Amino acid sequence: MSTAVIEGIPEDPMLERRELIQRVAQKTLQRRMLASRAVVGLCGLALVIALVPLFAILYSLVQKGIRWWSIDFFTKTPQFPSLVDPNAVGGIANALIGSLVIDGLAALFAIPIGIVTGLFLAESSSKFAAALRWTAEIMTGLPSILLGIFAYQMLVVGFHEWGIRLPGIGFSGLAGSFAIGILMIPVIIKASENALRSVPFTIREGALALGARDGVVARRVIIPTALPGLITAVLLALSRAVGETAPILWVIGASNIVAWDPRHEMASMPLYIFLSATSPYTSLREETWGIALALVVVVLIINLGSRLIAARLQRERR
Amino acid sequence: MDRSDPLLTGKAKAFSVKSDFAHWGVLYGVSGLFALICAVFLISIVVSSLPAWRHSGLSIIYGTTWSQGTDSFGALPIIAGTLATTAIALVFAIPIGLGSALAIVHLLPVKARIFASSLVELLAAVPSVVYGLWGLLVLAPWFENTVQPALADLSGHHFPFPPPYEGVGLLLAGCVLFVMILPMIVALSRDAIAIVPREQFEGALSVGATKWQVLRKVVLPAAKTGIVGAVTLATARALGETVAVALVIGLNPLFPHSLFSTASTLASTIALQFQDATPLQVSALGALAVILMALTAIVNWLGRRLIRRSATKAALL
Repeated sequence: MSTAVIEGIPEDPMLERRELIQRVAQKTLQRRMLASRAVVGLCGLALVIALVPLFAILYSLVQKGIRWWSIDFFTKTPQFPSLVDPNAVGGIANALIGSLVIDGLAALFAIPIGIVTGLFLAESSSKFAAALRWTAEIMTGLPSILLGIFAYQMLVVGFHEWGIRLPGIGFSGLAGSFAIGILMIPVIIKASENALRSVPFTIREGALALGARDGVVARRVIIPTALPGLITAVLLALSRAVGETAPILWVIGASNIVAWDPRHEMASMPLYIFLSATSPYTSLREETWGIALALVVVVLIINLGSRLIAARLQRERR
Repeated sequence: MDRSDPLLTGKAKAFSVKSDFAHWGVLYGVSGLFALICAVFLISIVVSSLPAWRHSGLSIIYGTTWSQGTDSFGALPIIAGTLATTAIALVFAIPIGLGSALAIVHLLPVKARIFASSLVELLAAVPSVVYGLWGLLVLAPWFENTVQPALADLSGHHFPFPPPYEGVGLLLAGCVLFVMILPMIVALSRDAIAIVPREQFEGALSVGATKWQVLRKVVLPAAKTGIVGAVTLATARALGETVAVALVIGLNPLFPHSLFSTASTLASTIALQFQDATPLQVSALGALAVILMALTAIVNWLGRRLIRRSATKAALL
């Protein structure tokens, strides 16, 4: 870089030094820019690498799953392929209904406990509440297979090996609902506490100032205001619960007939996937894609629903 | 002036709390029920494992032979398999997940950002059994026929990639876990990175820092707590994942001697051996559950410690 020398003005005595500094700066700048470009490139590459398997899964699901979808697929019960008809695999009606009943009952049991405990955590600042919040946190991180063992010990065999002799209810949808429900509760607690806490304090104080008791404030003011958030919380927990396999693995019995009565053995979609993925029949293994696609669609619908409600809530807040 | 007026004595809140006995009764009752369920849950897992501890003592932890037929319960190979699959998953998932999260927040244009974010979030909701299915039916044949021979050629058919090529095994389980926890790491660390104020990012750029310098010196330190939390959660999930791993690990209760060998993890052993187990064997599986619970607790504790240390460091600065 050259500085034009104007007549009458003496030449810059520091010129040489400045140029040296500029040269060095230029060099480090180049180095820094190079490093930066490299890392930015690597980040982009990481994103591409991350998206490849994710797209591959979606592609396999749709490509291999959609051709199994038919009226029969959703309305018939499974059937083992025979030599005469190796492609006869029947349908998944038992798994659909089983999932519906098990997860529905689980929700019935988990929603009130989850939301009321969430309300308690949002309202109380006691030590018990802090301990409970910590417990809920731990419970969400625990492997879900542990809940399966618990449900098995408590409901299926009724602790009978320990001499307690609870009336065990045997392999049944009810035991599965219990395990799934316990899985849902901490998720609902966490999300609903956040939703209930975000109700502006002014509204709460306004109601209190009018002489409303805590219970009335909670029932008439806080819960209605936070309702969309609560619905999001429940749907989020449900979308996780529908796909859980481990807790129900050894407690629901995996029956092949349509059963509406949760006191009996039932089937469920994720369990059905797990069992037929390892089936010796090729056609049964392939059919698994059809069920997997159905399960993913159900989960995504619930999940999208919760997101739409959350997004709408945010728009209204603004 | 009435000295006992609750508003003056500062007891107004306590007064109002006590006045609504029914409301607080319900709250305490239901939360107590939840606490009770959790307590019974923990106690039942621990108690169910007691016969196995009585039978084998601490050799459940350090014993090296796990054989249901002979009632020998040494879970060290299983613990090793659990740690190995989780480590493989994390080695891939942490750099790729973090890089993707940075790319989503700071490199992509807005529309692509929304698309990539929602894709990642939806994939985080896909049930784990579907990942396992994909691993078993798509990835395993591909591994067996293409990936494993190629890797073996690279290493000259020695450790860590010796034959036989079975598809299923340690490496496949690690890869399935990687794909499974990746959306989780991306989604959670993206949230942590996105809440670092844009002004800080732009301010650092305006004083001449390059993009990478800003990301390294400003964005990542500020998002560290969230990122550590994301990795902790993902690790706990990888440790405890049951069905996805059970489908692709090949369930073999021996020490994995290479990346291709079949192995077993705590959760998948519980899942696959529960069915025809005698009461003592069920109890041994309960002991595996206790070990798994302890591992998860250690991971959570480490995560918390990391977060706390970085918080104290930040406070000192």
